[in-house]
Amino acid sequence: MAATEIKNLTMNFGPQHPAAHGVLRLVVEMDGEVIERADPHVGLLHRGTEKLIEHKTYLQAVPYFDRLDYVAPMSQEHAFALAVEKLLGIDVPERAQYIRVLFAEISRLLNHILNISTFALDVGAMTPFLWGFEEREKMMEFYERVSGARLHSAYFRPGGVHLDMPAGLAADIGGFCDGFLRFVDDMEGLLTDNRIYRQRTVDIGIISPDDACDWGLSGPMLRGSGLAWDLRKAQPYDVYDRMDFDIPVGKNGDCFDRYLVRVEEMRQSIRIIRQCLADMPKGPVKTEDYKISPPSRVDMKSSMEALIHHFKLYTEGYHVPAGETYTAVEAPKGEFGVYLVSDGSNKPYRCKIRAPGFAFMQATEFMTKGHMLADLVAIVGSMDIVFGEVDR
Amino acid sequence: MNEALTELGGYISEELQKEVLEMSVEHDELMLVVNASGIARVLAFLRDDANCLFKQLVDLCGVDYPEREQRFDVVYNLLSLRHNHRIRVKIRTDEVAPVPSVIEVFSSAGWYEREAWDLFGILFSDNPDLRRILTDYGFEGHPLRKDFPLTGYVEVRYDETQKRVVYEPVSLVQDFRNFDFMSPWEGAQYILPGDDKAENGDSA
Repeated sequence: MAATEIKNLTMNFGPQHPAAHGVLRLVVEMDGEVIERADPHVGLLHRGTEKLIEHKTYLQAVPYFDRLDYVAPMSQEHAFALAVEKLLGIDVPERAQYIRVLFAEISRLLNHILNISTFALDVGAMTPFLWGFEEREKMMEFYERVSGARLHSAYFRPGGVHLDMPAGLAADIGGFCDGFLRFVDDMEGLLTDNRIYRQRTVDIGIISPDDACDWGLSGPMLRGSGLAWDLRKAQPYDVYDRMDFDIPVGKNGDCFDRYLVRVEEMRQSIRIIRQCLADMPKGPVKTEDYKISPPSRVDMKSSMEALIHHFKLYTEGYHVPAGETYTAVEAPKGEFGVYLVSDGSNKPYRCKIRAPGFAFMQATEFMTKGHMLADLVAIVGSMDIVFGEVDR
Repeated sequence: MNEALTELGGYISEELQKEVLEMSVEHDELMLVVNASGIARVLAFLRDDANCLFKQLVDLCGVDYPEREQRFDVVYNLLSLRHNHRIRVKIRTDEVAPVPSVIEVFSSAGWYEREAWDLFGILFSDNPDLRRILTDYGFEGHPLRKDFPLTGYVEVRYDETQKRVVYEPVSLVQDFRNFDFMSPWEGAQYILPGDDKAENGDSA
């Protein structure tokens, strides 16, 4: 019998594949149906955010953060606001801190719903996607009521938040929580014990805790591997140190554990939201230093000084003392950090954005090697990739 | 918090006397400046030493200071899950001197080094895969350098007659406007072109 020569097949996955979560292009080398090598080509959504921020004032830089991970915009703003506040050395009023934590958790719900439902869609379950988007729409309404925009809110600003919550919003968020917990239970009923879903995710893409650290993974990717690490607990910012919540961890570090971690995180987020609503004090929502945050509209009609402050803030902006900081928050996807270098002017000298998805994407090859092509889809789905933040 | 970091910084500087050039604690963050040639050794020490255990390389990035002789900083941000500390390690380099890659110490360095090469043109020796990562295929230049214009040099569009995407020099209806906000009351120095009588800028 004549020897046959077998050649590996090199295949393009994306950038327009429905399971590529945006604009992922993967060059996959396959031996039959087994992946030998996976080379992700990122950067198709690169918009030069870091360069643009260097040419804008600190306040003008805020909206760029919405456009990074557009699934959970306020979490990104949070990191930038905290970094600028650190360099300015200012304190944020308590009410603003509570509002920020409240909306950071709503962002987490937004993100986890999208991730779980699209992940389920990737491995063949359609219903969670339809149900999930209904809930997402309700939360986007909260976004709209508080900031005026469903997605690109520009709401967390250095010094606090832009405006106080409108009347009635707190009660509506409280009412939403009960229905949301029922939705989580329903969705779990569809997926957690679903035979097909389990076959596609259990023991797929296992990461050991050591490997997770070595590859710089964070968030549910790290917790899925059994490391109870959460910046909200370990290095608390704003009022997270007053919140009572648990950190769910996985056991095996596979796709299914990461899914379970996210589901439980949603329940914990609801706990935090309820505590925020119950404990939120009254008071100002941004720092009262008018060199940093603008005076009220009413003052501007009568006070010359207020008018000058407003004009200076929206043309020149404020000057930030020279220095540098790396400030990170626990964004829904993982550790989202901002490395901010200031030279004392009104624009950041350098603003490096550390996106969790970038590290996840890098680990794709390590995670998929030796798996089947169909598992690649499950792994990419469980990583929670949004290209806005990977490509920046 | 500050004291613990200063203590840790002192301990590291002592253990790595040959490599550490500067140590500082600012905004509750510990920073070391080290020799570029010894960066892999420093990071391996920080990862493995029982008092450090910085097991995660969270971030690696470049910063450009064009007026300096060694114009680039390469900044490594590390995180210790065990001790709940962060540390920032910096090295300095220029456009031609390659920096030793730390991919052997942290696997996650691979793409971050590619990114620093792509955006700043910092060279990393021994990185097995130093391709561009974020910019376009066939892109020229390093966009995050301070001397690279914000608008770039080329723009792309789909050409209907050639049925393909074409690259053309950037043409803007209005130039990017850069406002000078420096107030004359706060010590702005206005240098008039061709003003011989003004003092030489170097002496100031």
